[in-house]
Amino acid sequence: MLEIDGLTARYGRAQILNGVSLTLGDNEVVALLGRNGAGKSTTMKSVMGLVRQTGGSIRHGGQEIRGRASHTICRAGIGYVPEDRRIFGELTVEENLEVGRRPAREGAPQWTTEHLFQLFPNLAERRRNLGKQLSGGEQQMLTIARTLMGNPSLVLLDEPSEGIAPVIVEQMANVISELKREGLSVLISEQNLHFAREVSDRAYIIEKGTMRYEGKFSDLDANPEISTKYLAV
Amino acid sequence: MGFYLAQLLTGLANASSLFLIASGLSIIFGVTRIVNFAHGSFYMLGAYLAYTLVTTLQGGIPGYWFSVLAAAVLVGGIGLVVELTILRRIYRAPELFQLVATFGVVLIVQDATLAIWGAEDLLGPRAPGLDRAVRLMGEPIPEYDLALIAIGPAVLAAIWLVFHRTRWGVLVRAATQDREMVGALGVNQAWLFSAAFVLGSALAGLGGALQIPREAVSLQMDLSIIGEAFVVVVIGGMGSVTGAFVAAVLISVLNAFAILIFPQVSIVLPFVVMAAVLIVRPYGLFGRPGSEHGGAEEPEQPLRLLDQRSTMVLLALVAMLAFSPAVVSDFTTILLVDVMVATLFAVSLHFMMGIGGMVSFGHAAYFGVGAYAAAMAVKMLGWGMLPAMALGPVAAALAALFFGWFCVRLSGVYLAMLTMAAAQILWGVTFQWQEVTGGDDGILGVWPAEWAKSDRVYFYLALVLCLGGIWLLRRVAHSPFGYTLRGVRDSRIRAEAIGIDTRFHQWMGFTLAGTLAGLAGVVFVFSKGSVFPDALSIGHSIDGLIMVLLGGIHALAGPVYGAMAMVLIEDWVSRLDYWRFIFGGIILTVVLLAPDGIAGGVRRLIQLVRRDAA
Repeated sequence: MLEIDGLTARYGRAQILNGVSLTLGDNEVVALLGRNGAGKSTTMKSVMGLVRQTGGSIRHGGQEIRGRASHTICRAGIGYVPEDRRIFGELTVEENLEVGRRPAREGAPQWTTEHLFQLFPNLAERRRNLGKQLSGGEQQMLTIARTLMGNPSLVLLDEPSEGIAPVIVEQMANVISELKREGLSVLISEQNLHFAREVSDRAYIIEKGTMRYEGKFSDLDANPEISTKYLAV
Repeated sequence: MGFYLAQLLTGLANASSLFLIASGLSIIFGVTRIVNFAHGSFYMLGAYLAYTLVTTLQGGIPGYWFSVLAAAVLVGGIGLVVELTILRRIYRAPELFQLVATFGVVLIVQDATLAIWGAEDLLGPRAPGLDRAVRLMGEPIPEYDLALIAIGPAVLAAIWLVFHRTRWGVLVRAATQDREMVGALGVNQAWLFSAAFVLGSALAGLGGALQIPREAVSLQMDLSIIGEAFVVVVIGGMGSVTGAFVAAVLISVLNAFAILIFPQVSIVLPFVVMAAVLIVRPYGLFGRPGSEHGGAEEPEQPLRLLDQRSTMVLLALVAMLAFSPAVVSDFTTILLVDVMVATLFAVSLHFMMGIGGMVSFGHAAYFGVGAYAAAMAVKMLGWGMLPAMALGPVAAALAALFFGWFCVRLSGVYLAMLTMAAAQILWGVTFQWQEVTGGDDGILGVWPAEWAKSDRVYFYLALVLCLGGIWLLRRVAHSPFGYTLRGVRDSRIRAEAIGIDTRFHQWMGFTLAGTLAGLAGVVFVFSKGSVFPDALSIGHSIDGLIMVLLGGIHALAGPVYGAMAMVLIEDWVSRLDYWRFIFGGIILTVVLLAPDGIAGGVRRLIQLVRRDAA
């Protein structure tokens, strides 16, 4: 589904990614773990064409997408949920969903507003409210729903559990399981090891723009020194 | 009572015209973040095209309204061409760089219009069916004014429906908040931008076309409307169409009544209202703080001190400049003084924009205050040249201290607009306070002291003052104060968090930049022997902006290149017919070839040559 190989990226002169490699299979949920500033978000933004990449390759379904404009990457079936949510605050919930709407795509589940309102009942109640009137958790739901309106086959979820109440984190975990059941692939970046373990099949650990670990959570739990070294704050 | 009603209705009719042009400007800014100086040109083209269509078609009522709509559509088409051929290529350039390109378009449109329609003002026909006046409470009210009063709200309603009831409108509103995210959701921003630009241009064209029964179609229409249109957009809140409507009504109705009490006020009134609104509501009546996810800005590079070789080259160039009067003609010596004045002016503006992160659309105000203070000291107080020269920068500093206090409370384009308001208020006072400033006639006969009379001596005096000023600003840019300013520019929040009083530092930066612009004004006034209100005009402020942006805002050398290029090219082309066309063409060429400005272009050229040599 997604193969990243030797990706390098920078902001101005600061090198953020020093050769990141990662693969994600069909219908797989993979966690990208790492501390603040390790390069998780930059990896996702690079896939989406939102930061300038300097080298390496990003293939999606066998096609090279590095260097393409971000709207064509989205149209190829990659949905992006940014960590700071980036809700359109002056638009209603329904209008936010409208911005994300794309035609149906073969080989990817198709979402409708009504289906999404079933998945996120809170949003249904607030469909005529402005984005800025929602709570943090509701905004997080909306940003995921908005991305699903594009009928992606792969979703990049950047820190979905950040800054929201524990009850909603639990709901979020259910949503991710639901996405997997629908046949989506999900790359999820997390600092919350507990949450990541609950929803993902495998994990990568990134530090200073380089991959340090790749494997199953069971292996990670068997070797606690790895998490201590790369994840402990 | 009837008289006041007539005033009110005239005000409302004016408000409709103003709203049409301002709404287009607001839509374009909201979606593309382009400060479109060419918007006045689109308005003017709409009027000329409608004039030609109406007079050739002669089709009565349907012919008139068809012509008006056709003119709007044609102007939309012209907007599309400008967007596709020029603006689309430079969206990734530094913020506001696109403004330079739109200014190039202004110049080209001016001369193209002159070539096609000639220099004479054209009197359009009255609108068929609406060419009489009706009596309301005993006062004659033109029917056409009543039609305009209805058209304004109708267009507002139409835009509202498009923005809230169509997918395209929803996308435009989303892009106004966060363009990058809209792209990441699969929307092709390029076409969204084009469409917004076309809609905005067509609205300007419509505004111009509807104007032909009310005023003569002339080549001055473009720049006469643009200042007021910006004011309306800013008061309403940039990107808000409803805001533009409310602001247009506010300005026009206030103006209709204020001129009854104080006729001279109409020149400065819009700017005073804008200043007042911005001080209370920093993002306009209906505006909101812009998203942090606007464009794809590259972070600023740190400034580097010159290495030894560059220092040698620089010293050699200064030495050449210093010895030049011995070899070149007197005419060239005078031209070099012009270059130095423009360079100091541009460097001081660059200090404010590039180092201080405060964009100014009104920097000429401080240049003009410096020049006028010196001129008035000589003519009215009988001071000698040197004390008058010392007074100029002090007066400029006081003006900058006063207006800067208000300006640094804002940021971004709003700050820029407040600087423009300040400049426009000072210009209005200078222009109309005949007894003190000489008004339009300016102040004449301000010559250097006896010992500095010769062109050569004055050249050296200018050299010392201008290079001294430039050196000072460069020195400050590399001082701890300069570091602080750059820190505030890059992140106000982080600077605040480490205990920096950001407003105070910006205020001081603003004042320093104004002081040195005043110094440039002083050197200018004694070299020309006179000063006119032009020195403070928006046009002169824009010259400064073009010099800084065209030169390259990210490099200290940028304004130097920009000023040299501007003065030398202008000196050369202004002798030719259609020089604006040529000058605009040159500006667009530079913009397209070097989106990082001349300094960036030169740097890339040097790198290219070095790579070839290696």
